[in-house]
Amino acid sequence: MKTLNIFLSAFRALQRNKMRSFLTMLGIIIGVGAVIAMLAIGQGAETSVQSQIAALGTNVLMIFPGSQQQGGIRSGAGTMTTLTEDDALAITKECSAVAYVSPGTRTNAQIIAGDLNWATGIEGGSADYLSIRTWSVADGDFFTEADIKTAGKVCVLGQTVVDNLFPGTSPIDQTVRIRNVPFKVIGVLSRKGQNAMGQDQDDIVLVPYTTLLKRLTHSTFLRYILVSATSQKTMSLAQDQISDMLRNRHKLTANDADDFTIRNQNDIANTAEATTKILTLLLASIASVSLLVGGIGIMNIMLVSVTERTREIGIRMSIGARGRDILTQFLIEALVLSLVGGTLGIIFGVTGSTLISHLAKWPSIITPFSIILSFGFSFVIGIFFGYYPARKAAMLNPIDALRYE
Amino acid sequence: MSVEGTLNASTTGHHVIAVEHLTKTYQLGEVEVHALRGVSVQVNKGEFVAIMGASGSGKSTFMNILGCLDKPTKGNYILDGLNVGMLSRDELAQIRNHKIGFVFQGFNLLSRTSAIENVELPLLYGTTPSKTRFEKAVYALHQVGLGERAHHYPNQLSGGQQQRVAIARALVNDPSIILADEPTGNLDSRTSVEVMEIFQKLNDNGITILLVTHEPDIAEFARRQIIFKDGRVKTDRMNTSRKDATAVLKELPAIDEDIEE
Repeated sequence: MKTLNIFLSAFRALQRNKMRSFLTMLGIIIGVGAVIAMLAIGQGAETSVQSQIAALGTNVLMIFPGSQQQGGIRSGAGTMTTLTEDDALAITKECSAVAYVSPGTRTNAQIIAGDLNWATGIEGGSADYLSIRTWSVADGDFFTEADIKTAGKVCVLGQTVVDNLFPGTSPIDQTVRIRNVPFKVIGVLSRKGQNAMGQDQDDIVLVPYTTLLKRLTHSTFLRYILVSATSQKTMSLAQDQISDMLRNRHKLTANDADDFTIRNQNDIANTAEATTKILTLLLASIASVSLLVGGIGIMNIMLVSVTERTREIGIRMSIGARGRDILTQFLIEALVLSLVGGTLGIIFGVTGSTLISHLAKWPSIITPFSIILSFGFSFVIGIFFGYYPARKAAMLNPIDALRYE
Repeated sequence: MSVEGTLNASTTGHHVIAVEHLTKTYQLGEVEVHALRGVSVQVNKGEFVAIMGASGSGKSTFMNILGCLDKPTKGNYILDGLNVGMLSRDELAQIRNHKIGFVFQGFNLLSRTSAIENVELPLLYGTTPSKTRFEKAVYALHQVGLGERAHHYPNQLSGGQQQRVAIARALVNDPSIILADEPTGNLDSRTSVEVMEIFQKLNDNGITILLVTHEPDIAEFARRQIIFKDGRVKTDRMNTSRKDATAVLKELPAIDEDIEE
């Protein structure tokens, strides 16, 4: 029997029991729809995490000093005083894969403006700080090379600080006092919102790092150096260059361990991505359980159908249908059920996830992969769960099937 | 092979059907039921044989074996020169498709499938191209006088018409034999004679027909009568007083019995 004919007669057979066929398909529709919606939501979460990480800055490397060890006591990371301003300058000069360098350090302090005060983090950076963090000033200016050189008493405030110290007024050209040192506010940062860990990135005061070292912390070593590579591709090259140069400058022999750590923004991104991937996988596997249940529904109804149509099978066999003709017939019916169900499920899933992202403001992304996957899955389910009933039909003895009442 | 060889040479030269010492034993729990206890029959091409007997005489079992729906416990069955006992399930299906046309008591048409599609069905399981398929089906329906009802569904046809569709289906693949198992069992007497008229016409055109019936009236339309009793052939005789269905029909009072709606 030709394939087209089998498909046509399968459609006709399913049409005869419209309600039953639809209910059988419903299992697959819900299963495929759920898989698509869950994958879309997971994918959406992944993309939004990625964009949040991208907001940290582009191609950023962070260099921290190593941990201090005195006798048997090891202090935490960043406690060594090995990272200096000269290291930062050397990176700027010698590492070709590096675009921007911002030596940094930070401290916490109470800031006073008029009769208001606010505790926040004070961060030191170079004039390149904003380029590395892909940030900008919303109002006023950022400090310049001249401010760095002269350790100028200027600062740029984050939005949260502005909200708390200058409610309703412009802070530009006003004076704030940090540890009794007066600073002139020269700019306000644009709003950046929370970072991937939920921290408020706008609760910050930026000052030239030289100012922070000389006038506030009275130290000479850096807590970190922010570096951006020239591109995504040169990140590992930049990392190697910095590592080699720092080892050289710190006079470390081949046997010595690094006295600094370089953290790659990609590492953070990868961790976050892995987390959301696991989430997606979890959601999808829960959804695929319902797809499996849908498959069992198909098997159930095909078994009923084979019993119900035993006589038809007998008639077909008596006029020359071979076992494999009967097998194909019932297999195709199961396949049509699962594929039509799968197609409707895709429509259902796409509409559903679009609706969810619209109503719940939850990002969802439907990839062609998830559609191909769930369609392929329903195909496999059709074959897998259709085979047993179809085989049962094909193995019937013609005379027994004919006599079946 | 040797068995087939000798049979081919000696007995099947002109026989469409040759069975030798056919036995069939069913196992019903502990009890063995002997449906056939050694049946030997030869049927020539162009014969019209009525197989008769009381229920339980083994005539239906015999028919099912002839139709390759069932296998004998022992004995040989040569159909058109082919030793059927040696064939696989698939090969038997092909035999049923090419060489045998079935007509059943209960018509056994596929419901919700039009007359023409029912007739086409055996061709779908063969190798006939779709164009010829339709032509052959139309021709078969014309042979049984149902050309204009090709697109009716079985539930729109009377019993007699349904049986004629079934006969057309049996005919469509030009089989070597037509096997009819109580074809008039579900029909009133006039319709029964009409069906017999069709069988007689087909037989006149050279088609071999084997017909199982327990009605002596119906057996009168055949040329040869084989009577089964207790799994054996009791009588095998030519019917010298063969009735002509067309003539019988003329004498029957005309009843308007073709229910259509």
